[in-house]
Amino acid sequence: MSEIVQLKSPKKNQATIKHDTQATQPSPQNLQSYAARLDSIRKQLAAKKGRDYWRSLEELADTKEFQELMHREFPDNASEWNDPTGRRKFLKLMGASLALAGFTACTKQPTEYIAPYVQQPEAVVLGKALYFATATTLNGYAMGVLAESHEGRPTKIEGNPDHPASLGATDIFSQASILGLYDPDRSQTLTHLGDVATWPDFVAAARASLKAPASQAAPGGQPQSTAGGLRILTENITSPTLAYQIQLLINSVPNSKWHRYEPAGSDNAIEGARLAFGRAANAIYDFSKADVVVSLDADFLSCGPASVAYARQFADRRRLEEGKTTMSRLYVIESTVTSTGAVADNRLPVKPSEVESFARALAANFGVGVQPSPINDAHRRWVDAIAKDLKAHGGASIVIAGDAQPPIVHAIAHAINEKLGNVGKTVRFTNPIEAGFGGEAGVSSQLQAHTIQELVNDINAGLVDTLVILGGNPVYNAPADLNFIEALKKVRLRVHLSHYQDETSELCHWHIPEAHYLESWSDARAYDGTISIIQPLIAPIYSGKTAHEVLAAFTDQPSQTSYQIVQGYWRKYFDGGFKEPAPPSTAQSSSQAATGQSPASASQTSGAAPASQTNTSRTSTASQSGSAPTTSPPQQKAPVDTTAKGYEGDFNKFWRKALHDGFITKPSDNSRAGTEQSSASFAVGQGLASVASAQASEGLEIVFRPDPTIHDGRFANNGWLQEAPKPITTLVWDNAAIMSPATAARLGLGTTSNGIATNKLGYIGGEFVVDQVDLTLDGRTVRAPVWIQPGHPDDTVTVYLGHGRTRAGRVGTGQGFNAYAIRPSTAQWFAGGLQIAKAPGSYSIVATQLHHLINAEEVGVRDIIRSSTFEEYLRNPGGEETNAGAAHEAEAKPTGKTKALVSEQHPSLYPEDDYSQGYRWGMTIDLNACIGCHACIVACQSENNIPVIGKEQMARRRGMHWLRVDAYFKGNPTNPETYFQPVPCQQCEKAPCEVVCPVAATVHSAEGLNDMVYNRCVGTRYCSNNCPYKVRRFNFLLYQDFYTASLKMLRNPEVSVRSRGVMEKCTYCVQRIQEAKIEAEKQNRPVQDGEIVTACAAVCPTKAVVFGNINDPNSEVARLKQQPRNYSLLDLLNTQPRTTYLAAVRNPNPELQE
Amino acid sequence: MSQIFHRSTNIISKVSIFGAVFFIALVLWLMAEYQRSSYNTLAFVPREQPVQFSHKHHAGDDGIDCRYCHTTVETSAFAGIPPTKTCMNCHSQIFADSPYLEPVRESWRTGKPIKWTRVHDLPDFVYFNHSIHVNKGVGCSTCHGRVDLMPLTWQVASLQMEWCLECHREPERFLRPKDQIFNMEWQPPTNQIEMGRELKKQFNTPSTAVLTSCSTCHR
Repeated sequence: MSEIVQLKSPKKNQATIKHDTQATQPSPQNLQSYAARLDSIRKQLAAKKGRDYWRSLEELADTKEFQELMHREFPDNASEWNDPTGRRKFLKLMGASLALAGFTACTKQPTEYIAPYVQQPEAVVLGKALYFATATTLNGYAMGVLAESHEGRPTKIEGNPDHPASLGATDIFSQASILGLYDPDRSQTLTHLGDVATWPDFVAAARASLKAPASQAAPGGQPQSTAGGLRILTENITSPTLAYQIQLLINSVPNSKWHRYEPAGSDNAIEGARLAFGRAANAIYDFSKADVVVSLDADFLSCGPASVAYARQFADRRRLEEGKTTMSRLYVIESTVTSTGAVADNRLPVKPSEVESFARALAANFGVGVQPSPINDAHRRWVDAIAKDLKAHGGASIVIAGDAQPPIVHAIAHAINEKLGNVGKTVRFTNPIEAGFGGEAGVSSQLQAHTIQELVNDINAGLVDTLVILGGNPVYNAPADLNFIEALKKVRLRVHLSHYQDETSELCHWHIPEAHYLESWSDARAYDGTISIIQPLIAPIYSGKTAHEVLAAFTDQPSQTSYQIVQGYWRKYFDGGFKEPAPPSTAQSSSQAATGQSPASASQTSGAAPASQTNTSRTSTASQSGSAPTTSPPQQKAPVDTTAKGYEGDFNKFWRKALHDGFITKPSDNSRAGTEQSSASFAVGQGLASVASAQASEGLEIVFRPDPTIHDGRFANNGWLQEAPKPITTLVWDNAAIMSPATAARLGLGTTSNGIATNKLGYIGGEFVVDQVDLTLDGRTVRAPVWIQPGHPDDTVTVYLGHGRTRAGRVGTGQGFNAYAIRPSTAQWFAGGLQIAKAPGSYSIVATQLHHLINAEEVGVRDIIRSSTFEEYLRNPGGEETNAGAAHEAEAKPTGKTKALVSEQHPSLYPEDDYSQGYRWGMTIDLNACIGCHACIVACQSENNIPVIGKEQMARRRGMHWLRVDAYFKGNPTNPETYFQPVPCQQCEKAPCEVVCPVAATVHSAEGLNDMVYNRCVGTRYCSNNCPYKVRRFNFLLYQDFYTASLKMLRNPEVSVRSRGVMEKCTYCVQRIQEAKIEAEKQNRPVQDGEIVTACAAVCPTKAVVFGNINDPNSEVARLKQQPRNYSLLDLLNTQPRTTYLAAVRNPNPELQE
Repeated sequence: MSQIFHRSTNIISKVSIFGAVFFIALVLWLMAEYQRSSYNTLAFVPREQPVQFSHKHHAGDDGIDCRYCHTTVETSAFAGIPPTKTCMNCHSQIFADSPYLEPVRESWRTGKPIKWTRVHDLPDFVYFNHSIHVNKGVGCSTCHGRVDLMPLTWQVASLQMEWCLECHREPERFLRPKDQIFNMEWQPPTNQIEMGRELKKQFNTPSTAVLTSCSTCHR
């Protein structure tokens, strides 16, 4: 406890106040009151014996509302009848229900039918899943995945262990992409001016647009354009085939140009490399070799194309085995709250504009020639400490800059890495993997913010006849100052390819439904350049088209399918000796007119197979050699064949191998990265010195970030992602103006209880009633709810992009506010000069942080979270002596041998079962590895058919996620330590839920699983009442959509779909356990360790979750449970959970201890 | 004030109180009987099919092995319903013009599957796996009866949980040697219990506690 008081030395207090006053120039009175408040906080903290960790400011402030919330299992009015139906109707219905209750069991099963294949595809074994290697893309970058297919319908995404960007894990976006495939709101038909049209219609129009340019143009007196005037607007592209096609088209059509716009792109990183090296480059880091990592506003663990791989590397370096005496150290200097900052050993929240001066000051320590920039004393202390630490770890350290920071920060990071000798060891460089940086012809400005500006200028200058928008939603997300909408309306022919009829489609003449990646042939590069072939698992459900096919419509061969196009490209590549073919550069503008092929008739054959035949119509089955009919995705890495004789000149061999592996292997390539360059060719030049330091801005700054769950808005209609709590803030279904308690207090926002500015709890248990503000930047205003977040830098407001969609679909439309509306093209990531005005009214916002609270104090357990510093860990690996310490020591080893000991020490009234024989399933969750990315939640949702319930129901604390990731804070609310704790069902051996069930709907299996029997459950909710961990979820209403046809295809056939009135909870993925057990028993052998991987363990980028048989002393999970860090949650209750936690260990720099 | 009810009504009230017990018992008994009746379980009810397919003819008279059509019974949860192709393997040659087989030929021509009526239909919350049963000494006829004698197929068991548990509680009563699994004519020998116990060891059959755990079949 004294620790927290120490955290805030008087000196620091004054510094904070001084800093605060500088920014606000308040009256002395204000200052006094704030100092008093801080005092009060200190007293609060000191008084809180036994509650080092808190989950929210409300808990820290211990408000009355919070106490009430804590003591209620279900919030006030949780089971109130809120449907429009009145009370009388309800009573009538209930009376009838009661009278007829007994008869519900008397229904006869309806007759079912079986429709077998006419000709069964070769690899299909009915009832068994197949896994195909393909790749999903985000911002154009590939992540290799294995898609699970049940009789031709993809149901689940797993990571591809061999793919460098996946390493067997995935992120939330890949997990949720399967819902995107079956989204009933997806665009289902091609439209022209809003009317249904056909693909041949479009092909004809496309070709006509090229043949008849200026002469027919300008009916409305618009300026005459030059012939052609074709513009292609894409998102960020790494697909070699698509880039090649674009080049071909650009070359063949005069006055054509290619523009790229990615709202959350990495312009700054590329420009930073150009500043450092004189040319664009792609930096690849290896965190598994880094002992000191300095992040300059880089959220590398949860954002970006390599986050999954980086998270694995980072966690591997920090995994604490017995006898390990070193641990890496992560410094994060950041301008908002991120997962990376949360797991940092030393975290410094700063205003976004201060990162640059911090970087400059840091660079000065390494002799990097940059102009200095003044920084304050507190930061100076950090700079000195970090510089010292970095110098001690030359060659084994990384300085990484975030996408939000200006190019100079990236350049400085590169320069420091070079000076430290990290290049070639922890950092390597390749040519840019994004298309459009190789000096291609017809590429509009290489920076994406500029390229859309250029497009708007050209349109306004009358240079654009035809605009083809391939993916993306620029009407929604173009910078606010460009007036993109007005410009767009001037283009004579506008074509938009997209998954949804969105804001941009509304303003385009032609809308073409885009094929999902699980329906498409394509290719893409991963963060390190590895190329994956994207292969379809299902024929386009709504006759969607790929970008390849849309571009082909503008060429001589409009009927080409994307399969032909992609395979054709790679055939050229193969025949050309594994060199990517360059498009012919000579213009062939007139040739397409000469072919005489009728586009309309030709394209009819390119129409995709009808959607109804999804079972059989696997596109080009002959080429799909990627089947691996295994029961679970392979966990062991297969050796990659890199011998030159691998393919014997046979393209089919090459192609099949690429599809099977999920990426392309060149015979001579060890690194797999096609564009790898020697590090010598990337030397930091002198360009840095000429960049003047940015003016430090006064007043409030705004930070724009892609939303952690719905990204830039493209996933706005994905219910899984909308409902997945955003890491740390745990907001669902909304974005907010996120600010620190001090800033909120200064602005008079939120409510103040016991001296702490907090969000105000609502009345229905799970929501907050928060203030609204008008955020004004450069004269543009948007209204946003306020969210007060501990650890957020002062005088900074973070807003997440991607919300406030107007045409997203039934899920995403109207959720949150549109932060793009104030995002200028000049300052895409942060800007000073933000004005905030309190707006009238309040807003109901839902954060899950206060759902499912555990009242540890009441139980008498002090530590829900256990953590220590690395020094403490080395001294005493078992952690601090707690009031449960002695008992914990014995319980930490609940193996068969110590079983007797455990039961002696913990006499229990519960029946004594013997689990020493056979399997004894258990799980460990390493809090040291967990980065709070929430991928496990979405993976679980996908695997276990968990419904989406919507914001209104979430506000009632009725969330259905089988596991939650709690964030716990420790210490001062201005910069607390943050710990993540995933809490699934603990699978107690002495389960309190079981004894209270009147109908035996939850009982123990012989292997100790806490089984939930849905068909017995009558919904008394007693079990949930009696669960100390609050992990049971009740279907208050009919949350499952039983009727939408496309969603039926989404479901995992191995898991029951639960209806209303049924309790459910984590089952340890019992379907996977049974499947593995059956396979093993058929072979007369025991299940081997690693054979059963639960959905949460499979998806975990850091391998924080480990599942296995505790009775097998050699299993990973048994080994981990022997670790001194192992502890069980609320151990004094003697529930003997099968899920245990490994304490978190942080390695802060002692010099920065306060 | 005179009595409303005559004295004789006392007997009626006594009888009805006494009789109510029997009445309730009767209702419960009727409900239980209804639950187990063929009307409810469809046991022993031959099901109409789009093609008059006879297992008696194919499996019994012709002696075609079960696995010729139900190919995945040893490897997958689902035993497999043959694709039209399997029918056409023979019927493109024999009975190629039979009017009975027109639905099969139509399916082959049009590519539309034959829509068979499901005979053995477990509730959706039950996850039965054929392969583990067949691999662990449960013969086809143990559950499906003498399919080789059925012209149209029917269930021979209620498929209710109590029926499943008969075997999951005492597998030794039903297990048979591995080479007899697909033998339709197999009869339990007189020493079935001893042999069953022996087979349990041989097959490493899980304990009754495991076999009767809820999550063994329900997920």
